[in-house]
Amino acid sequence: MISHATIEKNVGLMAVLIVVAIAVGGLVEIVPLMFQAQTVQPAPGVKPYSPLRLAGRDVYVSEGCYGCHSQMVRTLASEKLRYGDYSVAGESVYDRPFQWGSKRTGPDLARVGGRYSDDWHREHLKNPRNVVPESNMPGYPWLTQELVDPTLIEHKMRMLAKLGHPYTEADYAKVKDEVTGQTRMDALVAYLQGLGKFDKEAAP
Amino acid sequence: MSSSWSWYIIILTVVFTIGITWLLLANARKTPKGTAAQDTGHVWDEDLTELNNPLPRWWFLLFLLTILFTGLYLALYPGLGTFDGKLGWSSTAQANAELDETQAKLESLYAGFRDKPLAELAADPAAVKVGRNVFANNCAACHGTDARGAKDYPNLVDGDWLYGGDADTVLASVLAGRHGLMPPMIATLPGNGVEEVAHYVLGLSGLDHDARLAGEGKAKFEAVCAACHGVDGKGMHALGAPNLTDDIWLHGQGSVATIRDAITYGRSGTMPAWEPIIGKDRARLAVAWLLAQGKADATPPEPPPSAGSAP
Repeated sequence: MISHATIEKNVGLMAVLIVVAIAVGGLVEIVPLMFQAQTVQPAPGVKPYSPLRLAGRDVYVSEGCYGCHSQMVRTLASEKLRYGDYSVAGESVYDRPFQWGSKRTGPDLARVGGRYSDDWHREHLKNPRNVVPESNMPGYPWLTQELVDPTLIEHKMRMLAKLGHPYTEADYAKVKDEVTGQTRMDALVAYLQGLGKFDKEAAP
Repeated sequence: MSSSWSWYIIILTVVFTIGITWLLLANARKTPKGTAAQDTGHVWDEDLTELNNPLPRWWFLLFLLTILFTGLYLALYPGLGTFDGKLGWSSTAQANAELDETQAKLESLYAGFRDKPLAELAADPAAVKVGRNVFANNCAACHGTDARGAKDYPNLVDGDWLYGGDADTVLASVLAGRHGLMPPMIATLPGNGVEEVAHYVLGLSGLDHDARLAGEGKAKFEAVCAACHGVDGKGMHALGAPNLTDDIWLHGQGSVATIRDAITYGRSGTMPAWEPIIGKDRARLAVAWLLAQGKADATPPEPPPSAGSAP
């Protein structure tokens, strides 16, 4: 039997026992989650991003949109009324990293697709005050100045395929057509317009 | 969750709960009365030792209670793998029940407004108050919180309507959306045609223009532009073609440059369909708020006198 004194006098043994004690919680609460169907399988109708939207998602992340906008409608009545149905884990299986959060300097964007026209998004991203005088969002006028790189996107899709995103050769073949000549602004607008637009009734 | 993961969780939870209970009981002992306090037997810094007192009774009992709570909780609520708990509670069901409750409250609120005509709603302060919130949440991003619009997005309270200002038409615009399109007209206006027509259009609104160019442009306007904007330039609601004579400009202030751009490159504007997003009830309330701003026409237009026999 290990006595109190033995543990206290052996730093190595104590460290091992502390790790074991802490690991128990993780083993029970975290590890099984990584294999749970509702977190690793897409919700009905959720599909991997098209090349242009994938590029737009990169713009979203690189410009730090998540600093003010979450993409997680919570299960509160007020949120459901304002944004739409609450978010479920299966919606984010193709998001690496996911965009959940509670930091909302700006509104949640999980259901923003189709609410405003493409032209509105362009104008709004260029300078939000042009359409919403009360807005405190910064403008992103430089997004129109740079083109999306098709090679990079194809490379990224092949990488994601290794992580389990069901992209096929046919998808890679479409990248050049879909992305060439598109600005980062075009990509971001395409990404935003697709948010929350999956077909819930579609067969899984 | 597969049953193997379920068992994995159940076994670990049970084993560790039993382990904790054992640890607690193994270390619980009373100090016999009258004996001196023991120390842990660990001496450091030459003469420092630590008392090894028994667990305080209240603390020991509280610990036992938490273990008891664990057992009860895992029996009643979901926690042990896929076991649902005796109460059958789930977070999804609770969330949905709360949402349903709100939905029912809203339903009773909307039901009171549903059968009333829009004109009546506009006069009902309760409806207008709800409508104002709907407008602010959904419409204000383009049309502004004061409904006065922005460049490219129509002002809704200036009395000038692209598709018509009677209540039902406004509601139809909200529910199904609109797509306003002016094609590029440069091909049909060769030579200096664009410039001439631009000056003529400025003249229609009584703005400063070059009378000679405008004179040249009049015939071209009537041949090309009148198809949508009307011979008199007063526009056409059926097509969403703007009235060009009222000095109200959708795509920037009236100037030769703005009008030249419109004619050369065309214009397009999209209002999304809102029925799938907010539903008809809320759309009607938003329109009611707009009508209450006093500029939209709540009563349907009088039929023209000659239309007496029309169905």
